[in-house]
Amino acid sequence: MCGTCGCHGGPGEGGGPGLAVPHAHPHDHDQVGESPSGAGETITLEQRVLGKNEELADRNRAWLARRSVVAVNLMSSPGAGKTTLLERTVRDLTGRDRPVAVIEGDQETALDAERIRRAGGSVVQVNTGAGCHLDAEMVEGALTALDPDTGSLVLVENVGNLVCPALFDLGERSRVVIISVTEGTDKPLKYPYMFAVADLVIINKVDLLPYVDFDPDQCVAYARSVNPGLRVLTLSATTGEGLDAWYEWLEGRA
Amino acid sequence: MHELSITQSIVDAVCEQAAGRPVRTVLVRVGILTAVVPDSLRFCFDLTTAGTVAEGAQLEIDQPPGTAHCRACEKDFALPDLVLLCPCGSADVAVTSGQELQIVSMRVG
Ligand SMILES: Nc1nc2c(ncn2[C@@H]2O[C@H](COP(=O)(O)OP(=O)(O)OP(=O)(O)O)[C@@H](O)[C@H]2O)c(=O)[nH]1
Ligand SMILES: [Mg+2]
Ligand SMILES: [Zn+2]
Ligand SMILES: [Zn+2]
Repeated sequence: MCGTCGCHGGPGEGGGPGLAVPHAHPHDHDQVGESPSGAGETITLEQRVLGKNEELADRNRAWLARRSVVAVNLMSSPGAGKTTLLERTVRDLTGRDRPVAVIEGDQETALDAERIRRAGGSVVQVNTGAGCHLDAEMVEGALTALDPDTGSLVLVENVGNLVCPALFDLGERSRVVIISVTEGTDKPLKYPYMFAVADLVIINKVDLLPYVDFDPDQCVAYARSVNPGLRVLTLSATTGEGLDAWYEWLEGRA
Repeated sequence: MHELSITQSIVDAVCEQAAGRPVRTVLVRVGILTAVVPDSLRFCFDLTTAGTVAEGAQLEIDQPPGTAHCRACEKDFALPDLVLLCPCGSADVAVTSGQELQIVSMRVG
């Protein structure tokens, strides 16, 4: 992290949203606001706006590490297929080498948690109300309630939204962005922040490719233009096509 | 709207530091490469400060432009958006400014 302006490490595993170091500072760090009135006392803060969330996220990270639990944050626009993929994943991975548990984030309702429970998964629902993303404090509460087994995998479904969740570190090990083929090829350019912080992009609903004018190669090229090292998987959460590569990727997050 | 939780973080920090003194101005630095919209921030700031020592305070927003450094040609260049591409054609670039999200200072009393 830059000690002067607080901008932090580049996109990628473990790092928060941010940029690569080292870097120059074209902006002036000393320019402390001259208030129009000129009265009063100026207090220098020079602190990161989301510093508190980042501290809590670090605490979650440490908590998870102590229990050898790996958390993965799944983000997408509403309806891209997060819950469908999680239902399938819970069904397919339960009873295999490592326990799987789910944290469901939605503004309202426990519908998604119900779906996971019916699929046989251990799950905690977080309702954010007016909030359009999960934050580290919510996840801390959810982890306590979930009480995952040592060595398990915790899959976190964030609130359906391609903007805000990108800004809030939860303490997760990896970030996954899901885009479905019905959303349009240009999404990575329209929502670059999300794609810039991702470790993996999943292109879902490939079973619908014959019916839409989605261009997977172009979409991947757009995504890599904001995040060159991005991994990409294409799959269908409903037909099961491509799921083996997803499970392999998850296995790699040990 | 994430500007609301971002503003809440700003106001929390400001009120804590103010320790009861009235806050006149708050200076924040929001790079143009963040997903944070200054107008929304101002709107949320007025809502969030209501009833606190920062009520009526002015929010000043410093917006550093996007810049990057190319590891291939060793040049610095302007980055209008997050598409990481140097004019020389290389994508091996590091963002050097534009992603700041910081509370810089405030004026109290
Ligand atoms: N054809 C097809 N439909 C899918 C696929 N994956 C999900 N869907 C459908 O897409 C719709 C939305 O799926 P969800 O899993 O609820 O999406 P979500 O991302 O969890 O949505 P929110 O939680 O509301 O943000 C449902 O009708 C699913 O059946 C897929 O691979 N192919
Ligand atoms: Mg869902
Ligand atoms: Zn938002
Ligand atoms: Zn170059």
